Amino acid sequence: MSTTSAFTIEQFYRFLEQRKLMAGKCLTCGKIHLPPRPLCDSCYGQIFEWVELSGKGKLLTYTIIHVAPSQFQTMAPYTVGIVQLEKGLKLLGLISDVPLEQLKVGMDLTIDFVACRLDKTWPQWQRYCFKAV
Amino acid sequence: MNGKPLVSIVSAGLSKFGKHEGLYAREIFALALKEALDRCPKLEPKRHIKAVFVGHMGESYEHQGHMGSTAADWGGLIGIPATRTEAACASSGVALRSGIYAVLSGLADVVLVGGVEKMTHRTTAEVTEYLAMASDYPFEQFHGVTFPGLFAMMATAHMNAYGTTEEQMARVAVKNHRHALLNPKAHMQKELTVETVLASKLVSWPLKIYDCSLITDGASCIILTKPDLASKFTDTPVHIVGSGQASDTIGLYERQSLTSLNSARLAAKIAYEMADIRPENVDVAEVHDCFTFAEIMAYEDLGFCKVGEGGKLVEKNETALGGRIPVNTSGGLKAKGHPVGATGVAQAYEIFLQLTGQAEQRQVKGAHVGLTHNVGGSGATAVVHIYRSD
Repeated sequence: MSTTSAFTIEQFYRFLEQRKLMAGKCLTCGKIHLPPRPLCDSCYGQIFEWVELSGKGKLLTYTIIHVAPSQFQTMAPYTVGIVQLEKGLKLLGLISDVPLEQLKVGMDLTIDFVACRLDKTWPQWQRYCFKAV
Repeated sequence: MNGKPLVSIVSAGLSKFGKHEGLYAREIFALALKEALDRCPKLEPKRHIKAVFVGHMGESYEHQGHMGSTAADWGGLIGIPATRTEAACASSGVALRSGIYAVLSGLADVVLVGGVEKMTHRTTAEVTEYLAMASDYPFEQFHGVTFPGLFAMMATAHMNAYGTTEEQMARVAVKNHRHALLNPKAHMQKELTVETVLASKLVSWPLKIYDCSLITDGASCIILTKPDLASKFTDTPVHIVGSGQASDTIGLYERQSLTSLNSARLAAKIAYEMADIRPENVDVAEVHDCFTFAEIMAYEDLGFCKVGEGGKLVEKNETALGGRIPVNTSGGLKAKGHPVGATGVAQAYEIFLQLTGQAEQRQVKGAHVGLTHNVGGSGATAVVHIYRSD
């Protein structure tokens, strides 16, 4: 399923609706992009294939946000972290359902899918977060 | 280049930083410009200034874009090319860099470089949202991340990797607030203790309200010229001898390192080599302390200490006035304030005062070499300049 046009941010979020975390692999140089990009930043290739990731990873770092932007104020305080996935890829997301005392750099996490709670001024994309394994 | 001046600063101006109720950004910019003109009576602005570059981050604050020409207009300079530069909190660091391009290209021999932001009339939630616009929209903003949140994640990573503590971060706030007491233009004139900082309200753990820079109104400007023209305008120019600007991924999550800013390291390396100056030769520095942790990371990225030892540097008072390398004598973004578009050139203003012996109570004795470090967003932009007086 390689094409020259579909390796977009929109398509990344569409796959999430199917509960799939998908990266784009450049068929010219082999670099894997998460999120996918329509132009390889390494070799400028435009031919890609989709690679499905397990969504499992380790917590690299985190913060607990108390002062939130307007749209997120009802959720505060909430935890956000950066997760190291397979193939050297990383992703940022909300960390849900992990008690503060159990939050630890290096802990195992896995992706989860949640409904979008943002108003219509934001894209109504499928949202993801990470939870403890 | 090997230490030869790229351009010379012949004057500088800064508005009071703080709340300017009832003033528009352009009116605050005019205050900074007036000081720079008064300081340099030999300069005839309408005759000599050939271009203006103004750093301005957000149209949202005043529903006003097009700040380049707006500032030129209200600065009595219409006719000349006027350009707004935007690189989040490095907007005017990039204006300065653009001014250097203009002078070195030969297209303009005298250039006004400045920056402005009017922020305090907005609510904290609005400002949080406007600032977050400088981060990655679909992969950071969409997931509820704020700017304090991005720097907090770097702080957490640094604490884990090197044992940096919340107390060491608090010491940056205490130091910069102490420096600000000596700067009449600083936004906040308030001494802090480590205990007060540690007990203050959480913004984004591990960062608390007193770890954060201030929401401030303010404007800054400097006047650049070719080194061989400087003596026409002043007897005490400050030369820019090194200029580095670098970029990085817009998203923090894609970076190789979460404990340093590669853009700042690259920009510093370029500037040091151009200036033929080493970190230990720097007498005084203004660094981008948008959060206390960011100053600790800046020490390491600029080579003021070894990687992982930034916390210890502030603990040993080496970066306080009177220490080995005084950092943020102005009070920094932390206490002088952070009108984002004005910050980069406000740092250059402080170095101009220091290297011309005009920093009064906060003067670093014998300061001859200065450095500024201005970061945009979570580090997708960094600008480092090195300055020298004759």
